[in-house]
Amino acid sequence: MFLINCPYCGERDQSEFSSGGEAHIERPKQPTELSDDEWADFLFMRKNIKGVQFERWNHSHGCRKWFNLIRDTSNDKIHGIYKMGEKPPKV
Amino acid sequence: MSNFRINKTNFVDQTNRISFKFDGKTFFGFKGDTLASALIANGIHLVGRSFKYHRPRGIMTCGSEEPNAICQINDKSNLTEPNVRATEIELYEGLEANSQNCWPNVKFDIGGINNLISPFIPAGFYYKTFMWPKSFWKSVYEPLIRKTAGLGKSPIKPDPEIYDHKYVHCDVLVIGGGISGIISAKLSAKNNLNTILIDDKKELGGSTIFQENEIFKINNKISKDWLINEINEIKKLKNLQIKTRTSVAAYHDYNYLLARESLSDHLSKNEKDGFVRQRLWKIRAKKVIIATGAIERPLVFNNNDRPGILLASSINKYLNYFGVTCGLKNVIFTNNDSAYEVAISLNKKGIDVKIIDIRKRSESELIKETEKLGIKIFWNSTITSTFGYRKINSIEIMSLSEDGSNVIGEKNKISCDCLGMSGGWTPMVHMHTQSGGKLNFRETDQVFLPKEFSDNRISVGSSNGHFELDEIIKLTNDTVKKFLNIQETDLDDADISCSKELEKRNIWLLPNYISIGKNKSFIDFQNDSTAKDIKLAMREGFKSIEHVKRYTTTGMATDQGKLSNMHALGIIAETAAVKMGSLGTTTFRPPFTPLTFGTIVGRSVGKFFDIVRKTPMHEWHVKNNAEFENVGQWKRAWYYPRNNENMHQSVQRESKAARDSAGILDASTLGKIDIKGSDATEFLNRVYTNAWSKLSIGKCRYGLMLNEDGMVYDDGVTTRIDENHYLMTTTTGGAANVLSKLEDYLQTEWPELDVWLTSVTDHYATASICGPNSKKILKKLFSDIEFNDQNFPHMSFKNAKIGGIDCRIMRISFTGEHSYEINIEAKYGNSLWEKCIDAGKDFNITPYGTETMHLLRAEKGFIIVGQDTDGTMTPIDLQMDWIVSKKKYDFIGKRSLYRSDTMREDRKQLVGLLTDKPNTVLEEGAQIVHEKNNKPIEMIGHVTSSYFSPNLNKSIALAVVKNGRKLKGQKLLVPMRDQTINVTVSDFIFYDKNNERLNA
Amino acid sequence: MKNKYSIFSLFKNAFSGHENWQRAWRDPEPKKEYDAIIVGGGGHGLATAYYLAKKHNMRNIAVVEKGWIGGGNTGRNTTIIRSNYLWDASAGLYDHALKIWEGLSQDLNYNVMFSQRGVMNLAHNLQDVRDLKRRTHANRLNGIDAVWLNTDEVKKFCPIVNTSPNIRYPVLGGTLQRRAGTARHDAVAWGYARGADELGVDIIQNCEVKGIKRNGNKIEGIETTRGFIKSKKIGVVAAGHSSVIASMVDIRLPLESKPLQALVSEPVKPIIDTVVMSNAVHAYVSQSDKGELVIGAGTDSYVSYSQKGSHDVVEGTLKAILELYPIFSRMKMLRQWGGIVDICPDASPIISKTNIEGLYFNCGWGTGGFKATPGSGDLFAHTIANDEPHKLNAAFSLNRFVSGDLVDEHGAAAVAH
Repeated sequence: MFLINCPYCGERDQSEFSSGGEAHIERPKQPTELSDDEWADFLFMRKNIKGVQFERWNHSHGCRKWFNLIRDTSNDKIHGIYKMGEKPPKV
Repeated sequence: MSNFRINKTNFVDQTNRISFKFDGKTFFGFKGDTLASALIANGIHLVGRSFKYHRPRGIMTCGSEEPNAICQINDKSNLTEPNVRATEIELYEGLEANSQNCWPNVKFDIGGINNLISPFIPAGFYYKTFMWPKSFWKSVYEPLIRKTAGLGKSPIKPDPEIYDHKYVHCDVLVIGGGISGIISAKLSAKNNLNTILIDDKKELGGSTIFQENEIFKINNKISKDWLINEINEIKKLKNLQIKTRTSVAAYHDYNYLLARESLSDHLSKNEKDGFVRQRLWKIRAKKVIIATGAIERPLVFNNNDRPGILLASSINKYLNYFGVTCGLKNVIFTNNDSAYEVAISLNKKGIDVKIIDIRKRSESELIKETEKLGIKIFWNSTITSTFGYRKINSIEIMSLSEDGSNVIGEKNKISCDCLGMSGGWTPMVHMHTQSGGKLNFRETDQVFLPKEFSDNRISVGSSNGHFELDEIIKLTNDTVKKFLNIQETDLDDADISCSKELEKRNIWLLPNYISIGKNKSFIDFQNDSTAKDIKLAMREGFKSIEHVKRYTTTGMATDQGKLSNMHALGIIAETAAVKMGSLGTTTFRPPFTPLTFGTIVGRSVGKFFDIVRKTPMHEWHVKNNAEFENVGQWKRAWYYPRNNENMHQSVQRESKAARDSAGILDASTLGKIDIKGSDATEFLNRVYTNAWSKLSIGKCRYGLMLNEDGMVYDDGVTTRIDENHYLMTTTTGGAANVLSKLEDYLQTEWPELDVWLTSVTDHYATASICGPNSKKILKKLFSDIEFNDQNFPHMSFKNAKIGGIDCRIMRISFTGEHSYEINIEAKYGNSLWEKCIDAGKDFNITPYGTETMHLLRAEKGFIIVGQDTDGTMTPIDLQMDWIVSKKKYDFIGKRSLYRSDTMREDRKQLVGLLTDKPNTVLEEGAQIVHEKNNKPIEMIGHVTSSYFSPNLNKSIALAVVKNGRKLKGQKLLVPMRDQTINVTVSDFIFYDKNNERLNA
Repeated sequence: MKNKYSIFSLFKNAFSGHENWQRAWRDPEPKKEYDAIIVGGGGHGLATAYYLAKKHNMRNIAVVEKGWIGGGNTGRNTTIIRSNYLWDASAGLYDHALKIWEGLSQDLNYNVMFSQRGVMNLAHNLQDVRDLKRRTHANRLNGIDAVWLNTDEVKKFCPIVNTSPNIRYPVLGGTLQRRAGTARHDAVAWGYARGADELGVDIIQNCEVKGIKRNGNKIEGIETTRGFIKSKKIGVVAAGHSSVIASMVDIRLPLESKPLQALVSEPVKPIIDTVVMSNAVHAYVSQSDKGELVIGAGTDSYVSYSQKGSHDVVEGTLKAILELYPIFSRMKMLRQWGGIVDICPDASPIISKTNIEGLYFNCGWGTGGFKATPGSGDLFAHTIANDEPHKLNAAFSLNRFVSGDLVDEHGAAAVAH
């Protein structure tokens, strides 16, 4: 159970948060223009990285804000946190 | 029976006599005893039988590593507990303990026959047999294996005791209250750090607290006396919280630790009344100091498992801590110096002791003193066998060859009644590795040690591989200073004297003249795995330690390999001729010692299992005899039986009343989301399938929400309260998820939208009144509103007041009847409800529950998301094409509707079903097949909703059926287990197809 | 020919102190080239190799495993075997597996202790009842033995379940599949390994795949920690690590790898004689032959390869266990552990060809792969040998995520209204 430093509330137990999976998968602005393959890619295909991964988290039992988090999925160490819309810090 | 209590100590109160029962016989011990020390004081060593061979086993240790002495306590009461270690349970008045895994009793155990057939049941024998005849596995072999396996018995009554959780944050957590832990805690607390010191025993002090040897001195005081003084000192420290009888169970990431505090297990039934039994501490520590000490290793030789064979250091603890001697004629078998302290202690108390040492010779201070005392030492020798069935009575020893690989010379028999063994020490690195730390192997004494410290975690003392007193103190002091950034301490120039071990020799599997295949050198005592088993596993190709462990079950008993893992590794390394350090260890998994389920769960049992969400009208429903249905966490009124009605009768009555006159439903549980902002309309356009731009203020609209995969996700009516203000309703079960999903889109995909969402589900109570007389009732309640279709048409809303309280009235309908929903601030919900009931009296207003609601809407063919859909239905499948906007460029899930599979025309589609016999009601979930069917039977759909409609006087059902749109009028079959039901596909709107009743 | 295992061979070997048993499998050096390589030495991978050799006569094949065989989810699961799945495709797949389970010990000459003690799934709300009844009807028509039990019948079949109507989520009934049960997980890996080895399959442990070499759209071999190994066919059965292997050829899979935890109690004498599962209060429990209660917890919500889940998940599971079995309150957790499961969006597996010629994936088994081991191996072997799926795994292609023809085994969503 790691600690997450919510950019709005500070350091809290992970159990207050929920994970939204891989970050920076932008919903296509024009879905109708996409092929079935491209749409499936957006909908389902994930990098599922073992190692440093950029992901979305929500402080669901707190401020309910979404933010981005950089975490090494091989050991759950967190390497950075940044708000939605911000540029990710260098790791 | 002789009395083995020979000594008075500070730790056992010999004025406070306690009676207890073991295997039905009454014995006496003293306050301060453990069950084990009291048994030994009574001369009892045989306390159990081993798992596989049912060999007699005795108390072997004095702590949590005990593999043998495990008991069922308080059998047959609701406080019973299996597999309790006699070495850990503190004696209390009335304690009843029984040996396990034996029948009829521990002295004469029929299962002992397994020992005789042991040659035929080597490790993994069950993988190689019991395969013929095939049917015997289920009927004969497995039941037999199961019956013989298992140790104690599960309780069969609910647990009357309570458990607790506590959340703690601290600067420094010190795990282990031995000498290094005490030093660490003192340094930490004295430097203004909020510190917790945890130890699993009832007193601090570890093994130094009974170290009486004059060789070991700190600042000119005997180590024990110095430590007692330190303990008294730290008890005065304000920053330090000391928790004894508390065992750290798990060390998770980010210094999150779980510890079990035992609050009343040491008390008798009368004393513990009202106490919490155990408390789980959930600790977040900024820094952790691991001072968990080391465990003495047994030695692996033939018949090393008899009652009366103990770890040498345990003999010392029984003697100097509990005042009990384990035997009158003792032999100490060792490969290191520490066991000499035991021999000296015994000798000084006038008890006979001899030493067998596998080393060739050593000249350390301890050994010199031993020799000075005239204790006989057999150097360069090993034990080749032990004798005595229920208790050891003699041993056979031989000399070791030069390289230690063989035995040579004469066999010597020595009689004894107690054998202490010491194969060196294993640092307790469990906590270090659980936290993610890696290990190094130290060749000189063959121990795994913490490889690295982190900024927030260190190990000190013998858990860090420091075994000599001077090392422990100096290095603990140095390490903690650095770790906590302390400049100077009292211990910087402490004067320490101790004996230093000069010679080391370790042989994991001691040689014997009897071949390994024929002797019994135990490694895992509880699971009965021997050196032979390990060798067999390796012969059969199991190379990895994890394989060997699993194949032989070594290290998988209730002690989790605390005594056996190192030997297993050592023997594997020796056999495979590889370096032990290269093998790695098995994973140390939490918990450190077994953790009671009740403790893990804490208070969240029974009525605290899960919260109950009740509507403001709940008490009214209870008073009016409602039966309730669980919907998520909500309690919803299901139906209201009157005069002994059954459910069917109630629902028929309620349904009829709602259509004939008036019904009232508590709809407060529906999810409600308040939507505000200048882009609210655009937002709705994006999240619902239909268009919202033209919805005027004061109007309501039904909306359908999809998942991005195109499948129906939720539905509900949304009302435009104002230009930039909407109130969305969701399904009861979907409320939380819908809000999360909408927030997700808003915050991450569409941050440009000016929209604000607030959950108001619990803020408003909702009463829904339907039926031809609903308008009249509303008129009575709201005299100032004109309820005609011009002023207040279907799908519109009005602000109103009732009893001076603001409310909102929506004219919307989920039953197809003329219908109103009144939303009011939750605290007035019950009052509103009662007013409605009152106003409706003249119209036979009938409260109806969810079952009737389901029936009424089914008559109208309205879907229930989650019942008629299952995450695989598109709006087209539901024949709701009308709600999918063709004009909108995009909405959630739109793109997915245009994939090859979602565009198939023969998908499962919503239809109505009528049974050929109108009284036959289909079972929800029943499968549907074509009339003429080939094998295998092709299932073309299933019944999603089914009721007997009192308003139509026949059975009706909704179903999803492959190509259903085109099957109207077609005969299908519903095959049940005992009959096949004939049905005809119909329109799914059964009642009032032209919606005439909405405006009636 | 290896020693045949039987009571007689045990007797015979007893007299020589068991010093003459042969290796269950060899420890070969990797050859330069194989006709097919299976990446992943878990149950599914070893079974695939076994059936490739046995049914498709491919003998020059290898299984490469980065650690020790059976060390992943095969050795970490709660060993439940059942086939009472809703959809035809799933029912076909899992019942195919169940049928193989029924004769597996004899086929492998290795006792995998398949114990058909029945699996009961409990219903706790009205939608559960509808869903489980629906499943039972579908199972029956698919030839899968499953019956609906009312609350009294549940109690009769497993007397220790708390069927009081006064608990928070009372048991409203349940389904029972009697042919279902449990097996000894390690034995499955070892039995298949021994069987495959005897047919000539090289089982290469401590051999981690570091890269996949391809020429255009064709597979050429794998780079491993023990060198390059040539092969035109690679079958990847790497469970939680599937995406890691896929990334070596720039494929993204519809998978997320998450920690799944399980725990056992200390062993006790027989107290529960079946497997009971409850989705609504999330608890499932059985008792191993050794006497331990085997309890499955849930997955965490986040991707992780750390094999450690959060404590909350374990606490939540035990909470549910005590709700349904209050008598277990004084039992003790002996050991807990985590595995990494690869989860598909529709909670169904992938046994599929890929866009790269000679590269096959068998993954996405999520929390329930153990039960499918023999069937999965058999069908994957078929797919690799024929470069064409078997009709039983045709529905489990990667393409379903493009077409939308998912096999959604999540069960129905939460009940609404």
